[in-house]
Amino acid sequence: MYRQKYVFLLPGLLVLVAIIVFPLLFTIRVSFSSWDVYNPGLNWIGGENFSRLMADSRYWDSLGRLALLTVGTVTLQYVLGFALALLVWRDIAARRFFRVLFLVPMMTTPVVMSVIWRTIFHESLGPLNPILDAIGIGAQPWLSQSGHALAAVMIVEVWQWTPFMFLMLLAGLLSLPGEPYLAARIDGAGPIRTFFSVTFPMMGAISTGAILIRLIEASKLMETVYVLTSGGPGTSTETTSYYIYIRGMRDFQIGYSATLSLTYLIVMIVSLTVIAKVLTRLLVKDRT
Amino acid sequence: MNRTTYLALKYLAVLVWSAFVVLPFLWMLTTSFKTANGVTGGATWVPWLQYEPSMAGWKSLFGGPGGINIVRPYINSVVVTLSASALSLALGTLAAYGLSRFTFRAGPIRNGDITFFFISQRIMPPIVLAIPFFLMLKTLGLLDTLPGLILVYVALLLPIAVWVMVDFFNSVPRGLDEMAWMDGCTPIITFFRVILPNAVPGLVVAGMFCIIFGWNDFFFAFTLTFTKTQLLPVSIVALNSSVTPWWALSAAAMVSVAPLAVLAFVVERFLSRGGLAGAVR
Repeated sequence: MYRQKYVFLLPGLLVLVAIIVFPLLFTIRVSFSSWDVYNPGLNWIGGENFSRLMADSRYWDSLGRLALLTVGTVTLQYVLGFALALLVWRDIAARRFFRVLFLVPMMTTPVVMSVIWRTIFHESLGPLNPILDAIGIGAQPWLSQSGHALAAVMIVEVWQWTPFMFLMLLAGLLSLPGEPYLAARIDGAGPIRTFFSVTFPMMGAISTGAILIRLIEASKLMETVYVLTSGGPGTSTETTSYYIYIRGMRDFQIGYSATLSLTYLIVMIVSLTVIAKVLTRLLVKDRT
Repeated sequence: MNRTTYLALKYLAVLVWSAFVVLPFLWMLTTSFKTANGVTGGATWVPWLQYEPSMAGWKSLFGGPGGINIVRPYINSVVVTLSASALSLALGTLAAYGLSRFTFRAGPIRNGDITFFFISQRIMPPIVLAIPFFLMLKTLGLLDTLPGLILVYVALLLPIAVWVMVDFFNSVPRGLDEMAWMDGCTPIITFFRVILPNAVPGLVVAGMFCIIFGWNDFFFAFTLTFTKTQLLPVSIVALNSSVTPWWALSAAAMVSVAPLAVLAFVVERFLSRGGLAGAVR
């Protein structure tokens, strides 16, 4: 009778293995070849691609930029998402309305909204610069200067994905038990003290989960960049995924882009594992 | 700080963020009624007063001049998203039930490792899979076809379905299954007759996440199709250039993001009833 258990697991497992694992093994093999437009096919060139990669500063720059963008946007999303969740947690009129409103951006298609954001950032016809002018900040060269372009990408990412942090953290807040708050009030703790000694420690596990999910998703960043800046000006907003896309799908250097992909995947897995360990140690504590 | 200042600051913060959330949508809405003159006239918001509204952008969605006919891409997107979500949900729910109720062992590999294998696929950047997928679909003759896209999307959505459903089944007590087994039901009959009808809340959450991620994907639809089976986001991004017709673009964006924006209401309902606490852990 328990042999039937395989009926449950195997269909899904086999489909996933077929669709993901074979392409991955294929990528490993291709990364040792010089497959490109002129010589399509699987020859063997050993580690040539890997030594080329070590000297490819454009690749390493894109990784550094990706790290900056990922950590920067996820930190902003976490702080803002937590603040928003606390704001509409309780004691506020129309909280259900604001909760729905705050969730909406994560439901929208990122590339489609990026196209709209591109019109918003437009330096002479877009609505953002007039607004900035009106509040005294002044017009900014949003997409034509590298620092501004990076900021623009971050603004779009924060707009799109803060709602996800908000969702996870609000779900966490709503499932907190009431007793510790009663105890804190009896002890005479103020709101700030209560947050740091009661709320924040109890939110450690869900914070870690939410931050990790966002780090994973943010480290794939490419579509926003593709639509908003095409990696420019120059290569100043080029992320790793986008650089690999240019090498693989535009220059058609299949072999080299496979090498880049594999290295990228390994770097991601290693750094995310380390970050997961550190975050768990910092935030998830068994406080009694 | 007294209570009034505190409350004023709180509402101010909520309103500022609300404006940040809403303004892009308002901009999109108002732009969709503009013409070339309305756009080059600068950043205006109010129709009739600041610019002469026109339906040109909206007409272009159905083959009118100056835009792109999105009817076909829209249908394609609906078909791919719903089929891939349904398939992933079916495969994912079965696998999740198996992983939550039975013990699997292969050498050092245990249930937890298999679950992790499913979920860890989300770490894979799309670009790593793009070229192998391209060659795989080309070999199978599925490039630029709906079945090819559905196949790829199942790989993207299956981990999400497994993730939500394993969590869900783990929170359902095993008493229900055991009673059915004692009555002589086989596990398969138990699953379909007893478990599935009780798993609707989990299925709704998992299905919703599948639909969101399926509908919103761009990269695979972009790299694995050419012209025959364009999906909606691809046809909208195709409008994106230095001479973009902003009105057509905005109208297309409106009809693309509207159906899922409604899902925010569903999510909030689950949130307020505490139904997401288990599912989004």
